[in-house]
Amino acid sequence: MVQTDLIKDPHVLTGKLHWGVIPFHDPVVAPVMVAAILGGLLLVAFVTYKKLWGYLWDEWFTSVDHKKIGIMYCIVALVMLVRGFSDAILMRTHQALATSDSFGEGFLPPEHYDQIFTAHGVIMIFFVATPLMVGIMNVIMPLQIGARDVAFPFLNSLSFYLFLVGALLINISLFVGEFAATGWLAYTPLSGIEYSPGVGVDYWIWALQISGIGTTLTAVNFVATILKMRAPGMTMMKMPVFTWTTFCANIIALVIFPILTVAIAQLTLDRYLDFNFFTNDDGGNQMMWVNLIWAWGHPEVYFLVLPAFGMISEVTATFSRKKLFGYVSLVWATIAITILSFLVWLHHFFTMGSGASVNAFFGIMTMIIGIPTGVKLYNWIFTMYKGRVELTASMWWVIAMLVTFTVGGMTGVMLSIPANDFVLHNSMFVPAHFHNVIIGGAVYGYFAGFTYWFPKATGVKLNETLGKWSVALWFFGYFFAWFPLYYTGFDGMTRRLQYIDNPEWQASMYISLIGVALIAAGIAAQVGNIVLSLYKRNDPQYKDVTGDPWDAHTLEWYTTSPPQFYNFGDVPYINDRDPLLDMKQKGTAYKRPEKYERIHMPKNTWAGPVLGMLTLPMGFGFVWHIWWMVLVSVAAIFVCWIKLNFERDKDYYVEVPEVEEIEGKFLKSNEGRSFYFEKNAKFYKKWKPSDQK
Amino acid sequence: MSSTETGPGGQAHGSVQEYVKGLILSIILTVIPFYLVMTGTGSDTFVVIAIVIAAIAQILVQMVFFLHMNGSSGQTWLTASAVYTVFIVLFVIVGSLWIFEHLNHNMLMGH
Repeated sequence: MVQTDLIKDPHVLTGKLHWGVIPFHDPVVAPVMVAAILGGLLLVAFVTYKKLWGYLWDEWFTSVDHKKIGIMYCIVALVMLVRGFSDAILMRTHQALATSDSFGEGFLPPEHYDQIFTAHGVIMIFFVATPLMVGIMNVIMPLQIGARDVAFPFLNSLSFYLFLVGALLINISLFVGEFAATGWLAYTPLSGIEYSPGVGVDYWIWALQISGIGTTLTAVNFVATILKMRAPGMTMMKMPVFTWTTFCANIIALVIFPILTVAIAQLTLDRYLDFNFFTNDDGGNQMMWVNLIWAWGHPEVYFLVLPAFGMISEVTATFSRKKLFGYVSLVWATIAITILSFLVWLHHFFTMGSGASVNAFFGIMTMIIGIPTGVKLYNWIFTMYKGRVELTASMWWVIAMLVTFTVGGMTGVMLSIPANDFVLHNSMFVPAHFHNVIIGGAVYGYFAGFTYWFPKATGVKLNETLGKWSVALWFFGYFFAWFPLYYTGFDGMTRRLQYIDNPEWQASMYISLIGVALIAAGIAAQVGNIVLSLYKRNDPQYKDVTGDPWDAHTLEWYTTSPPQFYNFGDVPYINDRDPLLDMKQKGTAYKRPEKYERIHMPKNTWAGPVLGMLTLPMGFGFVWHIWWMVLVSVAAIFVCWIKLNFERDKDYYVEVPEVEEIEGKFLKSNEGRSFYFEKNAKFYKKWKPSDQK
Repeated sequence: MSSTETGPGGQAHGSVQEYVKGLILSIILTVIPFYLVMTGTGSDTFVVIAIVIAAIAQILVQMVFFLHMNGSSGQTWLTASAVYTVFIVLFVIVGSLWIFEHLNHNMLMGH
């Protein structure tokens, strides 16, 4: 609901806010709002009743421990997955009901439907895929390279809160005002002030701007960590593949997120200060927005998928009981993608009118980037070949990924041919393709990694049966949900239809709805699995006593689960690409080092949560034109920043006796295994839990 | 701080003198394009070329005087990342110019 006088002349105290912006009367949103507020109050009451605020503040909110920050990223990602998936359920249900009048016209009015598909895209990319990946990287990457923390622990905490503020803003937009109705990339001139006078696009701008800055800082942090904090002896070509892909992904992020920041800043100037970067007249060029957003957007896809490739590699090698096949080729394929990903962005707008020569170049580059990706698929398949493949739940995710991602890659090559694209662009074929690669490539990879590293992060193994059920449900759910849409897209159904007037597509919409129900069951199984496993954390079937539940190869498994706050009592010298396997084979694993040294650690800091969360009123003030709120928050941020810079008490040492005590327990729990590895070093065959006794 | 100290990337921390030199050069390289635009000296093509040259020169000045890059062997990663950045910036800028030239030609914009 738009009150035009407030938009032209915002109130001094409340800006554009008024009671009309809260959707009390919306039959879909109002119940959700009530449920969310009640749920939030219940949570607050529970935490207060259990007197947990102090614990949460000291141990989690102010923590600079990369493992805890990583876990917080994953929690927010899973919550937002439920939110983004609810949008998906709404869209599929609506389209099934809004086909050729058989059930009327669905239940979502156009302006609401448009907000839902926009929010779905933004949430799934920025607030589910990105944080899930950054969360897993945060927990695992420093452990894989034998570091005590990331290079800039405070910056890591700040990045998390900036990301959280973005997620909060997008959730606030559900209940206060509206969200953008422009599609997830807010194409101009639709997203300009002339065609979107409401606050929806402003929410989009500030949610992405603030969380995007967080992602840039994370990239700086991770690149510095990998370059500077590797264990002694670990050269670049001895780094685990997941660390390599994390490295390359963050180099991509480091280069592309400034493009997004600047493009959004220009759109902000257009909307707030009557600039004309992307308007239709006065010298503006709306196509430059499309160009810039995809110069960011295409490498962004590789930023998302490269770490998933890394996770797949680690899982495949561990559960095939072999070293990874073709490590060097996999690393070079990753580096090739890091560079080539910047040469394909025009394939998102072949039809804009650049003509045959430009389209041909970008079409061919798009086909070429398929090659290093294909190399990786063969790496994984040959890793499994003649291995002793153990079909655990994470291995099921890998196999689901190999199949689904290959199909998605092939439809991608179809779209990369400009002539094909002129037929298929803006049809359902395109969403079907990118869901195929993002779900099939990135998300399945994350889930494989999530299942694989869950015991490392929490000390608890996930339930295998439930895990396999969720793979099966997601796998079939995906194909049910999207294959009918490939077909309708090929048949001419355009994207983002609020009403479908072709009765022939009705059956497809129904089948697609079944697919969504299957995926919903898959997500329920995953959430249930996490709850069940954490509940049974002391059950010997679930508890990870040794810190190495999968008999794995890499360094992150050579410490307790969950790791001590300092990660490793003594960082071993790295002689091999698979350091833990190397130590097991030489029989040197789990031996007490000659002496421990005191460990230098960063202290927790209030600055991450305080500085980060202050950007929330700043963003909210900008969205609603409440200028005093913006000024106060910016001033507060500045004051906190100065105060932080004058603080000297930022680090401490863990003294040797404490390290000895903690490490003693860890070595004791691995005594049997240590003996086993030593005894069998020469004829090292694979360690099985039953062999330990 | 003396200029012989090096940071973790092998780069020198720089001296006050160096920063002042960099600052003065940056100011000069900013004033020139401003002067050309504000006074309207020379043809449009000349002004555009002058702005581009001044911009590139300023990037180099900042890399040398503020980021202390000099291509010495201790700076492998700095050099590699600078080369990479230059390539990516070229990809994006030259690519965009190329795309928009064809776009304007085909869509008869600016004609």
